[in-house]
Amino acid sequence: MTDLVADRWILDRPNSYIGRSVPRPNAPRLAEGRGTFVDDVELGRRTGHAAFVRSPHAHARIRSIDTEAARAAPGVIAVVTGRELAEIHDPWVGVLTHLEGLKSAPQYALPLDTATWQGEAVAAVVAESRAKAEDAAELVAIDWEVRPAVTDPATALDPDTTVIHESLGDNLAWRRNANFGDVEAAYAEADHVIEETFVFARHTGVCVEPRAILADFNPAEEQLTVWHNTQCPHMIQNILATHYRLDEHRVRVIARDVGGSFGIKVHTYADEIATAGLSILLKRPVKFVADRMESFVSDIHARDHRVRGTIAVRNDGAILAFEIDALTGIGPYSMYPRTSGIEANQIVNLMGGPYVFDHYRAQATVVFQNKNMMCQYRAVGHPIKCAVTEGLVDSAARATGLDPAELRRRNLRADDSYPCRSAQGLPFENLSHQESLAKLLEAMDYEALKAERDALRERGVHRGIGLASFIEVTNPSAMFYGVGGARISAQDGATMRLDARGNVFVATGATEQGQGMEAVISQVAATAVGVPPERLRIVTGDTDHTPYGGGTWASRAAGIGGEAVAQAGRALRQQILRAAAAMLQEEAANLDLRGGVVVDAATGAERIGLDEIGRICYYRPDTLPDGFQAELVATRHYVPRKYPFAFTNGAQASYLEVDVETGFITLIDHWCVEDCGTVINPLLVDEQIRGGIVQGLGGALFEECVYDRDGQMLNANMADYLVPMAAELPDMKCGHVESPTAESDLGAKGAGEAGTCGAPAAVMNALNDALAPLGAKPLTDMPFTPRKVLRALGRI
Amino acid sequence: MKPAPFAYVRAETLDDVFRVLDERGDGARVLAGGQSLVATLNMRLSAPEVLVDIGRVAGLAGIEDAGDTLRIGAMTRHVEVETSELAAAHTPLLASAMPHVAHPAIRNRGTFGGSIAFADPAAELPACAVALGARMTIAGRGGSRTVDADSFFRGLYETAVGPGEVLTAVEVPKIAAGWRSGFMELARRHGDYAIIGLAAHVQVDGGRFGGGRLVFFGAGDRPVSATRSAALLEGEAWSDALAARIADELKEELDPFEDLNADAAMRRHLAGVLVGRTLAPLAAG
Ligand SMILES: Cc1cc2nc3c(=O)[nH]c(=O)nc-3n(C[C@H](O)[C@H](O)[C@H](O)COP(=O)(O)OP(=O)(O)OC[C@H]3O[C@@H](n4cnc5c(N)ncnc54)[C@H](O)[C@@H]3O)c2cc1C
Repeated sequence: MTDLVADRWILDRPNSYIGRSVPRPNAPRLAEGRGTFVDDVELGRRTGHAAFVRSPHAHARIRSIDTEAARAAPGVIAVVTGRELAEIHDPWVGVLTHLEGLKSAPQYALPLDTATWQGEAVAAVVAESRAKAEDAAELVAIDWEVRPAVTDPATALDPDTTVIHESLGDNLAWRRNANFGDVEAAYAEADHVIEETFVFARHTGVCVEPRAILADFNPAEEQLTVWHNTQCPHMIQNILATHYRLDEHRVRVIARDVGGSFGIKVHTYADEIATAGLSILLKRPVKFVADRMESFVSDIHARDHRVRGTIAVRNDGAILAFEIDALTGIGPYSMYPRTSGIEANQIVNLMGGPYVFDHYRAQATVVFQNKNMMCQYRAVGHPIKCAVTEGLVDSAARATGLDPAELRRRNLRADDSYPCRSAQGLPFENLSHQESLAKLLEAMDYEALKAERDALRERGVHRGIGLASFIEVTNPSAMFYGVGGARISAQDGATMRLDARGNVFVATGATEQGQGMEAVISQVAATAVGVPPERLRIVTGDTDHTPYGGGTWASRAAGIGGEAVAQAGRALRQQILRAAAAMLQEEAANLDLRGGVVVDAATGAERIGLDEIGRICYYRPDTLPDGFQAELVATRHYVPRKYPFAFTNGAQASYLEVDVETGFITLIDHWCVEDCGTVINPLLVDEQIRGGIVQGLGGALFEECVYDRDGQMLNANMADYLVPMAAELPDMKCGHVESPTAESDLGAKGAGEAGTCGAPAAVMNALNDALAPLGAKPLTDMPFTPRKVLRALGRI
Repeated sequence: MKPAPFAYVRAETLDDVFRVLDERGDGARVLAGGQSLVATLNMRLSAPEVLVDIGRVAGLAGIEDAGDTLRIGAMTRHVEVETSELAAAHTPLLASAMPHVAHPAIRNRGTFGGSIAFADPAAELPACAVALGARMTIAGRGGSRTVDADSFFRGLYETAVGPGEVLTAVEVPKIAAGWRSGFMELARRHGDYAIIGLAAHVQVDGGRFGGGRLVFFGAGDRPVSATRSAALLEGEAWSDALAARIADELKEELDPFEDLNADAAMRRHLAGVLVGRTLAPLAAG
């Protein structure tokens, strides 16, 4: 750990846009329906539309595929099987070397001989339209040999359970054990050792725009161009190049507007890779847009954890130890290239994160199963570790008789104790747990709320208050994926260029997913250069035109992409000032760039406009002094080096009412105070927090991919899979503490996932607070449905 | 999620409709608001050869005061019933049910007749029709006939509308003096089909119940009129004891299905809760 000192020049710039709720520059375009989503891109009549034949079985060998009838159907261009596609690509294996022991089987764009989950694409039909492709897909006849489906993680490792991939020997993907301090000694010392089992259902991220890819292979140039609603254009470029044996510059990935991603669009989906292959095979554009039904069985799922957790606490409230034993089933393969081990790994790494304790033991077991694949979705692992931690902390409060807020106050890391390390050894740079909790309690008027709750209880109205403190991983360094061998960029670049009229082009490796990235980039760029945002043109999501970067994931776009923009903007400003100095025969140091005009740094008096600088540099360079060459493009890259992650922190609270006769839960209020360092755009940060909370609430109360024992997903449609809707949601109040990271000049940490991290825990604790006086055992099995509540209350 | 190919006919008259239905038999399907049908087409749960759009057929839409009843044309959009002053004044049960039928966007297109003809067991309007003793007008080549709500709903998505026939209107009796209606449902999210719901239409005189109907939806393969439970009301004033007796009787009388949201026991339990919550204010008011 290093004590870092940041130069906060960007916060001190005149006309700063940092910290202002600047509206999104792309909002009018999207609101007017002028966005360019993948399906909006038309490449003409030669375009083929792909539909996939998906396995109706969770586990079945393909004896044969009869494509004859499908090939003969109207409008069909081709019907392609896994074996045919395998001729032109190499399979992938979703492992990372730093997740030691993690194993997975080779995965092909379409499986060669065995389908391993219901919904897996097993053959492709390309036709003149998607409708014709779907018609023909119904005619593909597959002779299946159904195999036993492995669905329950608890029995996946039993000797008599079918092994999904015989080459792997068993169904164990990964096991991690961690041991810090002496948990047994802590148990001996503790007044209470409390154990609870927590269950987190499988759920998924539901994007407004489904996954989509349009691939266009041009054999004359050996050039593959794909329009893809990915979060990571450069990662996909690398993957397509690698597995289709192309040079990387022969692959161009364009990600224009993306209708939500939440981590869903950061992976290597076999059907998307297959679509690129179809274009290569057929030498024509091929488009695949997942429909909502197939999205449910092919977009990654997440969470699905059963965690036995233990807390050891003394009567004075001191937390001595945490222990967990976590089990998760990830589907038949580990997802490539991020792997499906990260969710479990995060839980092991981050348990108990906000608190000071010395003893920790963890086991995480990750098994294969015949269900849709699981991987990283917004706040990977966080809602789980947070709910287990915070649920146990509330159990400790009940056991010690301490108020839950007081117990937290006594154990939360002190705000003046940084830098320091967590019990697991992860370094924390600067967090604000105590201040965040204090601010939260003040915002919700905790004492008054408790009084209200108690008064209502007397009248038979059952309300509960739940608290949750949390830490959140943001701004990951190369320690997240790069060290494990994945070709996923932790760094990001920005290129900024002055045009002839004095406007500025900004190309960034960070990508826009609808979260407002373009607004953040424009604020930082405008501030760093010294121009109003109207003079900027932001270019994102194109591997031919943006600097190499990681894209959007792990709450990194603003903190890492934004810092690169800040540095590039400053460099461009300095270049512009050098040119102005040459024109004005002045020292560059005496000049500044403010509001798009070069001014005298001391007096602010106008010296020369940017349009004039552009004009002279580009059209009349002959008038510049001999030997002076204006350089009006600057590129800077940035990656955090000192800390593996910029941890953020915060606290959430939920206030809810339980209808004890119907089991229905009404969310009344929700608060979140979080600390993402420098708040670049308060409006967007609050939107991120609220949107994140909503997805957390979904996991807590509504969302579940329900599977039967045979591995059939039973609710793969928008009527039965319940996404949270506005009418069921509470008002969400956000507050902020700002502890900027000193790793960057901007000081911004991420804000995209904090809401999702803490919301389920807060709701769970509020629910159990409401149920406790009724003698119900704590409910720890998400989602908390009316049926579970009624059962807990013994009503049914 | 593209439908299998189908032909489309826009009917101008009922005769057009009958002709297509006769010619194409099972392969033809009436298209009203499309809010249920189009979804099943897109999911390829059904693949009719031809859709006959009845949206332009004259005389099928609108709410008419027909003396003792309101005549609601089959093509009347949900939103028209929802905002109708006639419905509010004379069929308060329908008025209070309407906001629970799906979402505003769906109510703008979905039709009253479509809901009745589709006969989803968890739908609100079929239960209201049974509770109010509505009569369905069914037209075919040979003319029109009228069927009581009780015999109209025949099973899961099954009605008295026969091959070659169309539902043209629903006659809903106006609420009579001394009668009260109550409506309540429990849905996971607003606008979802209910886990279970109750359309109650009862006579109340001087704080005592007379006759009436307790019709549940989401409780069986069609609207379920709990006649034994309703009979317990007769001559009684509202009390917790009465509520408990009805709740117990419902446990015997109802035989609900299990789905992802609730098993039979939960539905029976909730039925009792709904009765208590719906009838208590009716008795008091
Ligand atoms: C998201 C969503 C939520 C919904 N939630 C609810 C809800 O909570 N409660 C609820 O009740 N409904 C709900 N619905 C269904 C909605 O109310 C439909 O509009 C209604 O069920 C059918 O009406 P329609 O006019 O759209 O019929 P269509 O979809 O056009 O037709 C439905 C079926 O009825 C037949 N049909 C239609 N009209 C006639 C007729 N006059 N004669 C003979 N047959 C006919 C059709 O052939 C077809 O088989 C929901 C729909 C959606 C999409």
